[in-house]
Amino acid sequence: MTTLEKIPSRQMTGILVTIWKRVKKIPPVYLIFLVIIIGVSYLNPNFATLNGMLLFLRRASPLAILAIGQLFVVASGGFDLSQGSLVTLTVIGSALIIYNNEENSYIAIMILLGIGIIIGLVNGVVVSYLKVPSLIATLGMLLLVKGGGLYWTGGAPKGYLTENWRYFGRGFIENVPVFGRFPVAVIVFLIVVVIMTILFHKTNLGKQILAIGDNPRASQLSGVKVKLIRIIAFLISAFLSVVAGVMIGGYGGTSILAGEGLEMQSVSAVVIGGALLLGGKGSVPEVAIGGLTLEAIFSLLNLLGLPKPYRDAVQGLIIIGAVAYAAITSKRRD
Amino acid sequence: MTTESIPADEIKRSKLGIRIPPVYYFLVIITVGGLILDILFAKGNIISNPTILTNILIRSVALGIVAVGQTFVMIGASIDLSVAYTISLTAVMTSQLMQGDPERVPMAIILVFVIGAVIGLVNGLIVTKLNVNPFIATLGTGLIIAGILNGTFANFKGSVPKSFRALGYESLGPIPISIIILIAVVVLGWFILSWTKFGAHLYGVGGSRELGRLSGLRTSRTIIVAHIICSLTAVLSGLFIVSRLGSGAPWVGPDGIYDLESVATTVIGGTALSGGRGGVFGTLAGVLIFGVIDTVFNQLGVDTYLKTVFRGAIIILAVASYSFRSKREAA
Repeated sequence: MTTLEKIPSRQMTGILVTIWKRVKKIPPVYLIFLVIIIGVSYLNPNFATLNGMLLFLRRASPLAILAIGQLFVVASGGFDLSQGSLVTLTVIGSALIIYNNEENSYIAIMILLGIGIIIGLVNGVVVSYLKVPSLIATLGMLLLVKGGGLYWTGGAPKGYLTENWRYFGRGFIENVPVFGRFPVAVIVFLIVVVIMTILFHKTNLGKQILAIGDNPRASQLSGVKVKLIRIIAFLISAFLSVVAGVMIGGYGGTSILAGEGLEMQSVSAVVIGGALLLGGKGSVPEVAIGGLTLEAIFSLLNLLGLPKPYRDAVQGLIIIGAVAYAAITSKRRD
Repeated sequence: MTTESIPADEIKRSKLGIRIPPVYYFLVIITVGGLILDILFAKGNIISNPTILTNILIRSVALGIVAVGQTFVMIGASIDLSVAYTISLTAVMTSQLMQGDPERVPMAIILVFVIGAVIGLVNGLIVTKLNVNPFIATLGTGLIIAGILNGTFANFKGSVPKSFRALGYESLGPIPISIIILIAVVVLGWFILSWTKFGAHLYGVGGSRELGRLSGLRTSRTIIVAHIICSLTAVLSGLFIVSRLGSGAPWVGPDGIYDLESVATTVIGGTALSGGRGGVFGTLAGVLIFGVIDTVFNQLGVDTYLKTVFRGAIIILAVASYSFRSKREAA
């Protein structure tokens, strides 16, 4: 009797152990995201519907895109703190270029993507060739872009963003089977995630970025063009910042505060997504979910009735907590 | 770090710590250049009007005091990006606590210094015990302070009494009290770094945490103390700012970009971001450079937004002028 009883129970624990091992392998960000989504859905039943989720994704996509851009720089060992100011520049610069003429919308986007590429290039060159630590370099760039943008527009947003420009941020594709209406922002988000996942995980570029983040000297000795790779990382970050800027302006309209503080949010999202600060480890899909998670946390705090400034405080706690958690677990592994 | 022998007189000089840092040549060049620009394109008031010179110094006081603290943490290979919000917190708390009543001044001052010490302690503990990268740790604590500040306090609630405003406006003989305080802080900082055991330990720990630990230093404690010192200087800056403004608002710290500028002036002054090298006299020169540039821009009537642009460019170029020769890759 006893043996008969023991065997199945041992099998049971065996199965449980394998399940637990599988669960442990799932990156924690997915579980965190699930828990928060359940929390938000509980407080706001509208959220749990298909439409509610799509609207949430539309709002959260820009942050997730910024976070993916930030990941490229973080994985290479740096930071890009000029992202937020570039978002602001995109919004107020576009309004100025469009100047109430719908035909100028796409030209505006092209010009700003060009400006973004130049800014990313400068960031990369300053860090790689002048060897200024990226925190200082990109914080300096933040001042440059912010001051430059405000000087360009004279301190207040001029003109307004036309409907076709705002389409990417708040538009819908009508009559989609199953979904009904599908937000354009979510399509942009999915495209960015797919392209960047391939770039980061399936090409040499991604491996080289991780390599220089892990150990620049060793990767240089093994033939990686460290400077070039670093510049590309900053380029991607700046480019995606402009993309996110178009979506944020589309969703929220012109404001000189459009991008305020977004660089910290994207760093937080990267950390929540399990990437290691100072480089060497990271994953595009996880960081994208990290961005969505942060936005979901904001929704949750909002539903709980917490005033907006406390978001900052919670964000601070999250960043410190996540990095401390990573530091402690990596220590244990050693 | 290097094993080559150092000439004896150099050791003597570096022990005294009064070897003139190269940044003073920059200071001279920028001052002369500024004066020439001022004479050519403005009224040439900077030389002829002594109050403008005093104003350069007074404007440098707030940044100078906190930059001395930043120098301490950066020599210890750490950094403090929460200083801007510590300054705001101090300014707001001081005017809230004093409510214009001279009798409450000592209580308020003690309380804000205690709060500052706690912030420094928390920063230090997160960096050393939780092993969080100091940039992130202090950005995080900065965000926490900012959130609490903006959520709890309104602009310009309460005020400081007239007697307290003497700190910002009165003079002792010909020299403004604020400048005396700045000089006192710099000299005290120099003394601690060059003549005390703690100072020597800080350079050692900053040069290499591992080497410091192996040679028996209490690395964590040294860095925690440096963080406490830094937060206390931020509190002192906050007190000076609120004595000038008369009342505190949550935006005074971040608006003055004290976090980034204290780091930039420290780096310009020759303190390495990687720690172990530097000193407060270099930092003072960095602060004065910023003060001169600011004043020259004002004299020339440069647009506020363009000033921000120049500021960003100057910070990048100033750091680049030191870093570009280094053989190590930056990230």
